[in-house]
Amino acid sequence: MSTQILMPALSPTMEEGKLAKWLVKEGDAVKSGDILAEIETDKATMEFEAVDEGRIGKILVAEGTEGVKVNAPIAVLVGDGEDARATAAPKAAPASVPTTPAAAKAAQVPVAQTVPIKLEDPSLPEGTEFVTMTVREALRDAMAEEMRRDDTVFLMGEEVAQYQGAYKVSQGLLEEFGARRVIDTPITEQGFAGLGVGAAFNGLKPIVEFMTWNFAMQAIDQIINSAAKTRYMSGGQMHSPIVFRGPNGPAARVGAQHSQDYSAWYAHVPGLKVISPYFAADAKALLKAAIRDPNPVVFLENEIVYGRSFPVPKIDDYVLPIGKARVVRPGRDVTLVAHSICVGLILEAAEALAQEGIDAELIDLRTLRPLDTETVIESVKKTNRIVTVEQGWPICSIGSEIASQMVEKAFDWLDAPPTKVTGKDVPMPYAANLEKLALPTVDDIISAAKAVCYRA
Amino acid sequence: MSEAKKAVVTGVNNAVATPNSVSLKTFYSDMLLIRRFEERAGQLYGMGLIGGFCHLYIGQEAVVVGMQANIAPQDQIITAYRDHGHMLACGMDPKGVMAELTGRSTGYSKGKGGSMHMFSSEKHFFGGHGIVGAQIPLGTGLAFADKYRNTGGVTLTYLGDGAANQGQVYESFNMAQLWKLPVVYIIENNQYAMGTSVDRSSAQTQFYKRGVSFNIPGEEVDGMDVEAVYAAGRKAVEYCRSGNGPMILEMKTYRYRGHSMSDPAKYRTREEVQTVREKRDPIEHLGQKLVSRGIATEDELKAMDKDIRLVVNTAAEFAIESPEPDLAELFTDVIA
Ligand SMILES: Cc1ncc(C[n+]2csc(CCOP(=O)(O)OP(=O)(O)O)c2C)c(N)n1
Ligand SMILES: [Mg+2]
Repeated sequence: MSTQILMPALSPTMEEGKLAKWLVKEGDAVKSGDILAEIETDKATMEFEAVDEGRIGKILVAEGTEGVKVNAPIAVLVGDGEDARATAAPKAAPASVPTTPAAAKAAQVPVAQTVPIKLEDPSLPEGTEFVTMTVREALRDAMAEEMRRDDTVFLMGEEVAQYQGAYKVSQGLLEEFGARRVIDTPITEQGFAGLGVGAAFNGLKPIVEFMTWNFAMQAIDQIINSAAKTRYMSGGQMHSPIVFRGPNGPAARVGAQHSQDYSAWYAHVPGLKVISPYFAADAKALLKAAIRDPNPVVFLENEIVYGRSFPVPKIDDYVLPIGKARVVRPGRDVTLVAHSICVGLILEAAEALAQEGIDAELIDLRTLRPLDTETVIESVKKTNRIVTVEQGWPICSIGSEIASQMVEKAFDWLDAPPTKVTGKDVPMPYAANLEKLALPTVDDIISAAKAVCYRA
Repeated sequence: MSEAKKAVVTGVNNAVATPNSVSLKTFYSDMLLIRRFEERAGQLYGMGLIGGFCHLYIGQEAVVVGMQANIAPQDQIITAYRDHGHMLACGMDPKGVMAELTGRSTGYSKGKGGSMHMFSSEKHFFGGHGIVGAQIPLGTGLAFADKYRNTGGVTLTYLGDGAANQGQVYESFNMAQLWKLPVVYIIENNQYAMGTSVDRSSAQTQFYKRGVSFNIPGEEVDGMDVEAVYAAGRKAVEYCRSGNGPMILEMKTYRYRGHSMSDPAKYRTREEVQTVREKRDPIEHLGQKLVSRGIATEDELKAMDKDIRLVVNTAAEFAIESPEPDLAELFTDVIA
């Protein structure tokens, strides 16, 4: 009785990996828990353990092989002759377990994607060179540059130092800046967020990383009651120049408590600035602006976007003003507005719409508070139609606010009701099919855009 | 063999047992069920059949098995996201647990909760919580309700060493002692919170002392020894049930796998993990005792393993073959 050992998926986003090293050889006896091999994923090198007992009959994929697809057979496990009875039990061995199409699809989370668009920035000198980098790297570089420039800037959060960040955003910072300025905290969000605000009152410029914004709910009182309101309550005497940052919104299959978009929550609060970029250049330039800003800034990143690569201008000290939206693509027929990961969706939707003769203008809000309504109004004056897109819930959403502003300030230019495409009004389900249904899709955007254009 | 199988199917012996009548064999098979279940869950994750976060309990089995053997049917259980072992030890069906992991309609939460969010009102298992620290006030509240309603129930509230630093833990401790609530706080000190070892996160690493300023008694327990856990748990549950207020048990334990499936675990050496596996493994350890004390033979233990593998395989097949939830389920259960 022999069974195949399959290449495992070792992270929610892994589709293939490198078989870095075999730790067993043909003929070795193994039991469950023994480490069979080291496998390199996009993010890390992982150990792969045996589940069943037996002997390694044959190694099918040599060590050092790159691009081994998940679920490809990598070795054959045979039962020990004298112990055939014990090894006959695990009949449903990996090879014989069918992967249902639904589950297979669920594993395919979008990975790095390069969008071929030109990011115009009138403030850049003619002939500026661009380098391609991931959003993850851009954020790290922004922090590193600001920390080099200003000793009062420091980074604090769970796993930011020795582990190099739970999502590897702070990679290399401990090495460069040392433990005085890159600080691992206990799991005490309210404590270290409040500590950060106090440190900001007293002359420092903290960057507080939340492992994800879901966990900042433990600390939201300090963000709102202490950070956002103190300038006002003290009659302008005291303030907190602090940046709260981390990944926001749903990742993949992590369920209701770990998949929430806080854009509208923080955008609601006077005394805060709220930034939520999509492109690497904006992530870098706006994080630098946030660190220098004298106000508390909520900086909402996105885990899935971390790995995407975009061009970033190769100039010293690239900083952009907070509060300006970006027209990503000019168009005449309909305005599509988004921020963060949904900018990727409107880019895709615009391409499909173009095929059908609808010329969409795309706006990346970049900052959610203060909201750049001016840029949106200018666009609506041209297109007379607007669709907003976000992953957050529909009630009191960013889209609700934009719709209200358009009705108030651009009513005469509207040829159709402002329309929202949002996440569904439910907690995030875990099941792959329901999760897909809960999130806004390119198709939803295309239908909404056609509807406001009165096209079937 | 049939005895072993029965133990597997019903989870632990939930009756209040005297130490004499406790079946060490049941402890063994209950721990082995958790181990085999988790190994299979890890494998299904590797095949893309389980998504998102999946936190395995391998290495810590003695804690929940030893504790759960002390409780009565009216008692409550609550824990965090490393919860598969707790559910099995509560007697929840491995099929329903595995089907929740694969996100299918036959799972305990109809596929809507996932690995971190499963519940069973029947088994008094209150989750399954993804926010570190949140379950501690909740567990305190379960105990409050039992005292209020005078049910005689005790709540087992499980938390990690990392969770022990959340402020709400101490808010809970204070209220629990102030109002003499029947809750046992079980701190599963597996020495790491993700990549952070306890001495890098904690000013007081002796977690059983964390209730000192509230006058809550605490005890340190070898969480790799199911008999020690059982004995300590028995005292604690009796103490709480008799109206003395809360108690803290610190279980010294260890997780063999990474924090979740995608953790490369570079913050500790392979030797460190190997040493615990070889010298302190709760299942190996009890297996040897069973044989040396003449309670079971090697062959009996092997037969138990075989039965358990069958149970786990059946659960996996069920979890793979069950349908995904109906699309209409997206909008159900949001509000009554
Ligand atoms: C409030 C909150 N902060 C951070 C996290 C991310 N997180 C999940 S588990 C974990 C480590 C917890 O460690 P511990 O309490 O020791 O439990 P263990 O994982 O060892 O069982 C962290 C930081 C979270 N889920 N919730
Ligand atoms: Mg721990």
